[in-house]
Amino acid sequence: MSGSALPLEIVDLRTTLFTRRGEMKAVDGLSLTVAAGETVALVGESGCGKSLSALSIMRLLPDPPARIVGGQVKLNGRDIVPLPEEAMLGIRGKEIGMIFQDPLSSLNPVATVEKQIVEVLMTHTELGRGQARVRAHELLELVGMPDAARRLDAYPHQLSGGMCQRVIIAMAIACSPSVLIADEPTTALDVTVQAQVLALLKKLQADAGMAMIFITHDLGVVAETADRVVVMYAGRKVEEASVDDLFENPLHPYTVGLIGATPTPGAERAERLADIPGMVPPLNALPQGCAFAPRCPRVMDRCLTQKPALTAPAPGRLVACFAAERT
Amino acid sequence: MQRFEFLGRFARNRGAFVGACLILLVALMAAFASVFFPTDPLRIVGLPELWPGEDPEFPLGTDSLGRDILSMIVHGARATLLIGLFASAVATIIGVGVGAIAGFFGGWVDEVAMRAAELFQTIPNLIFVLTIVVILGSTLTNIVIAIGIVSWTPIARMTRAEFLSLRDREFVQACRSMGMSDFRIIVSEILPNALPPVIVLSSLVVAGAILFESAVSFLGLGDPNVASWGRLVGDGRQLIRSSWYICAIPGIAIMITVLCLNLVGDGLNDALNPKLRDR
Amino acid sequence: MSLLSLRDVRVQFNTAGGVVRAVNGVSLDLAVGETLGLVGESGCGKSTLGKAIMKLVPVAGGEILVEGVDIAPLNREQLTNMRRKVQMIFQDPYGSLNPRSTVGRSVAQPLVLAGWKADATAERVETLLRWVGLPSDAKQRYPHEFSGGQRQRIGIARALALSPKLIICDEPVSALDVSVRAQVINLLEDLKSQFGVSYLFISHDLSVVEHIADRVAVMYLGMLFEVGGRDQIWREPRHPYTRALLAAAPIANPKLARARQRTVLQGELPSPLNPPPGCPFNSRCPMAQDRCRVEKPALRAVGNGVQAACHFV
Repeated sequence: MSGSALPLEIVDLRTTLFTRRGEMKAVDGLSLTVAAGETVALVGESGCGKSLSALSIMRLLPDPPARIVGGQVKLNGRDIVPLPEEAMLGIRGKEIGMIFQDPLSSLNPVATVEKQIVEVLMTHTELGRGQARVRAHELLELVGMPDAARRLDAYPHQLSGGMCQRVIIAMAIACSPSVLIADEPTTALDVTVQAQVLALLKKLQADAGMAMIFITHDLGVVAETADRVVVMYAGRKVEEASVDDLFENPLHPYTVGLIGATPTPGAERAERLADIPGMVPPLNALPQGCAFAPRCPRVMDRCLTQKPALTAPAPGRLVACFAAERT
Repeated sequence: MQRFEFLGRFARNRGAFVGACLILLVALMAAFASVFFPTDPLRIVGLPELWPGEDPEFPLGTDSLGRDILSMIVHGARATLLIGLFASAVATIIGVGVGAIAGFFGGWVDEVAMRAAELFQTIPNLIFVLTIVVILGSTLTNIVIAIGIVSWTPIARMTRAEFLSLRDREFVQACRSMGMSDFRIIVSEILPNALPPVIVLSSLVVAGAILFESAVSFLGLGDPNVASWGRLVGDGRQLIRSSWYICAIPGIAIMITVLCLNLVGDGLNDALNPKLRDR
Repeated sequence: MSLLSLRDVRVQFNTAGGVVRAVNGVSLDLAVGETLGLVGESGCGKSTLGKAIMKLVPVAGGEILVEGVDIAPLNREQLTNMRRKVQMIFQDPYGSLNPRSTVGRSVAQPLVLAGWKADATAERVETLLRWVGLPSDAKQRYPHEFSGGQRQRIGIARALALSPKLIICDEPVSALDVSVRAQVINLLEDLKSQFGVSYLFISHDLSVVEHIADRVAVMYLGMLFEVGGRDQIWREPRHPYTRALLAAAPIANPKLARARQRTVLQGELPSPLNPPPGCPFNSRCPMAQDRCRVEKPALRAVGNGVQAACHFV
């Protein structure tokens, strides 16, 4: 493991779903880097491939039907795509942690909180059982679990959704991973609890200098948490920019549409929300050219036949759109 | 369009496809029995106890009285299938009715219905059927009803479970909010959604009913005017040491039919279960 | 006269753990042509209140008046009449349509129940589908052939069938993707300006409510905490819970998000089986005093047309 390598570097990742209806390119050439201490938000609507990207990085794809067919996922400089499953067991939870959307179903319902955290610690560290239990308690304190000592003996169903998510976070960061992947971690939570969990994730990340990929469909959450944003549509990255640039001057018509479609209290109120006509095309029926062309207000003849490649119109920005290139 | 998809999914299960074809064959055999064998199958037509193949006129041989076994099998198919279908229909009607009401209304209605179902489940089925037949007489109708009465409980439980999960769905609430009556909600809204697994179960009840009737006939309590396969087995049992084929041939017919019905049930389950689609 | 008046409405459920007072004395008025946003976190009773108005759950106390008429004692015929005025749109676009009914049959249902003739019904269904932006061949297709947004349009068409005066929208856009959500919100607004229908818009999403509502009511553990004009509430929230809720809602604008002060509310909703005595918010409230632990605050006018239920505003 070289010290200077980025915590996470994804190069041209391709994940395909092999189904009876044919092959669907769920992730089609995704490249992405995340620096230490940086949060990159992966944004898009359902079916855009953001969750499958996360599962590809974790090598947790449901196979069949999904399989990585190309590209590299470099974790601290080492490509983990060709690694055997046994090697991944030592990486997941240790070098890379993951937080899922549904907190209750990601915990084992018949084991206590303490047992689940201790198990993670004992799998990946040299700690003995006694030390691991002490550490489990510390971790629960760290994630702000109210009344942590008592909650160690609790079973998941005795905890609220927010508390379960705190336990999941404690398990994800137990071995101080260099990369944390959060897949819609607050979508199932109430808004006040969501604010607590977001604040907690931010603090933990800043303290440990973790690289974080934050997957969400909620632009509000993106604006609150991300440093950089990657917008995905139909399996491809269509735009990448810093969070300020993206919201101030979105380049891709899809990003423009998403931002216009999200009501923003406190900002100047538009009479009508800018909606995007139509809907996300199914992956097995993608148009020949740009996947967004049928819904795009700036569509040109070229868009219908050619897929636009990513270009860099300004430093630190990427966009895949023929119309945006010209302006 | 939808119907073709359904057939396609069903045919993809090879066992179910073969099963369905064989069942169809048996059904055709039953329907055209009098075309193939216009004479009464119970008439004595040849020498007794001819082994299969011994006389080309009787490819499956003759029984102890010299009746053509092939003719009896073909004619018996009609009785056997009808008994199975009607008994299953009786069980389905009782089961769906009880299950729908129990699942939809819940509360004490559900309690009463489920206790009743448990009562029927604890009675030994065969003895119950035999008792009814002995008391009310060995007619085909009585046998069918008796088998129906002992077979409805699994259907009722299945229907109840489906109703329990469907009754709180939003489309049912939408109907309620429009002021639709309970009866209409049960029959025209929930029932069509609850039926697929029930149909699967009903097809298995047909197989069970055929076995039941065979057992009853084997014990000599079947309808004396109907030559079902079960009765053929029963008639041959005295000669099982010397001419075992008299028992074995109708026995194999029962076995194949029941097996095919089970395969069809499996295929229906695959085809009707939306969770398995797209796999 | 208000289109809808709730007077001290109570709904309770008997569960294995005890009695849950899901709606605990809610009084509220909704004027003709108004969109009232009802917001709160899960378990606050907002959906139950919506269902109580539709008589989908039994009401334990209080009065629900539609155009001044109490709906509790109505007989079947009068109730059918009331239901013409009030319709509902549900949250789950996958669950709110019968999967084995064609779209045409689902949309026609309220008309059939109201005794419309077949040809008039068919014509009306065509019109309704056109209004919500669906192709007319939609009526012989089945719900699974449509996307989430289109199904929600079907649900809206069904709710519009009898030209109701009030539509109760129970989280109508929560299950939809962002771009489709905006389409449905715009559709609801268009229909409002076209037909003058009023909405009771139940949602946990504050930014959506801020966009669509004229007035806002905030619920917490079965109680109304604050009711008032949307601008008043957003500019100057009075109740400490409303303040916390608005502070917690993410804003899709990084500059505004960074600029605002963020006091993150501690703790989570108490169990509705066992709410704290006095004000139900006292376990999390930064302003809680001894009085809040014994005395339940009543909803009272606090100026500017806003009502709040707190001892200290």
